[in-house]
Amino acid sequence: MSTLSSASSALAARPRPRRGDLPTPLEYARTTWMKLVFLASFVFLYFPIITLVAFSFNDSRRNITWKGFTLDYYEKAFNNDHLHEAFVNSMIVAGCSTLVSTVLGAMLGIALYRFRFPFKGAIDGWIHLPIVIPEICMGVAMLAFFHLVNIPLGLFTITASHIAFTIPFVAVVVRARMGGFDESLEEVSEDLGANRWQTFWNVTFPYLRPGVIAGALLAFTLSIDDFVITFFTSGPGSTTFPIKIYSMVRFSVTPEVNAASTILIVLTLGLTIAAMAVQSRTGRRERVR
Amino acid sequence: MNEQPPLISIRGVTKRFGATVTALDEVSLDIPAGEFFALLGPSGCGKTTLLRILAGFENPTAGDVLIDGEPMIGVSPNRRPVNMVFQNYAVFPHMSVAQNVAYGLKVTRVARGEIAERVAEALTLVQLDGLEARKPDQLSGGQVQRVALARALVKRPKVLLLDEPLSALDAKLREQMQLELVRLQKTVGITFVIVTHDQSEALSMADRVAVMDQGIIRQIAPPAELYEQPNCRFVADFIGKVNLFSGQVCGVEGDRVLVEIAGLDPVPVPAAGEAKGEVSVAIRPEKIRLSASAEGSAPVGLSGKVREVAYYGDVSKIFLDNATGLTIAASFQNASRAVRPSVAVGDELWISWDPTDSLLLTE
Repeated sequence: MSTLSSASSALAARPRPRRGDLPTPLEYARTTWMKLVFLASFVFLYFPIITLVAFSFNDSRRNITWKGFTLDYYEKAFNNDHLHEAFVNSMIVAGCSTLVSTVLGAMLGIALYRFRFPFKGAIDGWIHLPIVIPEICMGVAMLAFFHLVNIPLGLFTITASHIAFTIPFVAVVVRARMGGFDESLEEVSEDLGANRWQTFWNVTFPYLRPGVIAGALLAFTLSIDDFVITFFTSGPGSTTFPIKIYSMVRFSVTPEVNAASTILIVLTLGLTIAAMAVQSRTGRRERVR
Repeated sequence: MNEQPPLISIRGVTKRFGATVTALDEVSLDIPAGEFFALLGPSGCGKTTLLRILAGFENPTAGDVLIDGEPMIGVSPNRRPVNMVFQNYAVFPHMSVAQNVAYGLKVTRVARGEIAERVAEALTLVQLDGLEARKPDQLSGGQVQRVALARALVKRPKVLLLDEPLSALDAKLREQMQLELVRLQKTVGITFVIVTHDQSEALSMADRVAVMDQGIIRQIAPPAELYEQPNCRFVADFIGKVNLFSGQVCGVEGDRVLVEIAGLDPVPVPAAGEAKGEVSVAIRPEKIRLSASAEGSAPVGLSGKVREVAYYGDVSKIFLDNATGLTIAASFQNASRAVRPSVAVGDELWISWDPTDSLLLTE
């Protein structure tokens, strides 16, 4: 006993080996000036959003001074028929485009992972194009295209262009998920008597599900707050929520705009958190295995 | 003797990948019903390709495969009376043990009552009762393998294919599963075809073993025959340890041939057909006798100096150098509890063997 304790005290007495007094990369976060930098960046990034949300509760016609707490502007926003209509439009566009782009994007992701076909490399590169191309170019291109083939601008054209720019995001997420797939699971399924269709739905899809859900949520959030492409492809009577807010701002910045924006923020934030939760939950479960 | 046609008939099967790689080269073999058959060979010899052709995951470039008299070429895996246990087991991670086992019955629309009955029966067979609700990530490696076995057996296939089924298990568990697989095979009476690179696995489990090398079957025989009567240098060398001495046939003496091995007196070996020219004499290490001096009148003998002694507990293996440059491997049982080493490095020993224990290899 005594030898043991003396040995451990000797160990404790020995100074920890240190490489000078320089903090290790992980310790940088603990230095004071680094903390200040962090704080400043967070303020810079989030202060505008926080004020936007805070002033949506401001009991004043103008957004300059704080007069008191009220929910009046939320009520006003909810009762604003134009805003209401724009919100419904946004939901229709986001819903339809998410549905279509999830199905097509998932199929594209699986095909790019699984099959070898002519020009695969080129197609692989092209699908990333809508992700990197400036939105303004996408918008102008879409407008030119719809004009060329004589499709009147409206909800249909917005939905179509949203599908076009969200497919790659879904495809990329689904394809990444496929990367860890054990293909012998599909062989086992076939060996046990299942046909290709049964194998896909019973074995491949359950594995893919988190990727598909994450892709769909991503597509939905991208679609619901898209402004630039929507601006170019919308027509009369097909105003979406972000466009409506923009037109309200041009008129005057009232707390009603803040309220509407806050709703949009909460919605997209909620969906993003949901997407992250889905991914991290499956990630954790697989790490346990 | 056995008039009934073989359950599996592989006829002239060739498989090429691309233009250059020949995985299987005109392989033909028959497997009767109820046999425990092993495909043994080093990695890359084509044994797994042959198994995958039987399962239907690969199509042969040429040749025919018949199972129970039915031609199988072009029949997809899900329509063959064959099931396979994969090397990595490939148990469905999102399904429970019971769901995994029931899967093959569910997708082929077996009645629900029957599924429950057969799943319970299969789980009892592999001793997994009580673990029905577990997920694969809550099972040990050995249990996962049992799930894979039950999942295949519940289909009541005519043939069960096993691809290196024990390679993922640790040594103790592997030995236990070897015995259990044999027991299982005798219980269910299904034909087992197992692929392995581990010769002790093949020898201890199988009724017959096919030794493969570079896409060719070198020999098909029961384990004992494979060990004692290998038909070529490759098989003799691949199965167990062997001393291979190359030499020239220099004469005939009754039913023996005399082989001249570099620097030694001509060595008599039982003749195998017409033997001429370059041959090899094979003798297993455990069949070599060691003594302190040349005593008696052993027909074959030479002296050797001990170079290395390896102690394995039950046996000791030693290497001896002869003055002519030959190295001879010998082994002996440590039958008694003698503590002193019976052989030490540097000892001069007399090496001898009975000619009937040696084998002439011409190929």
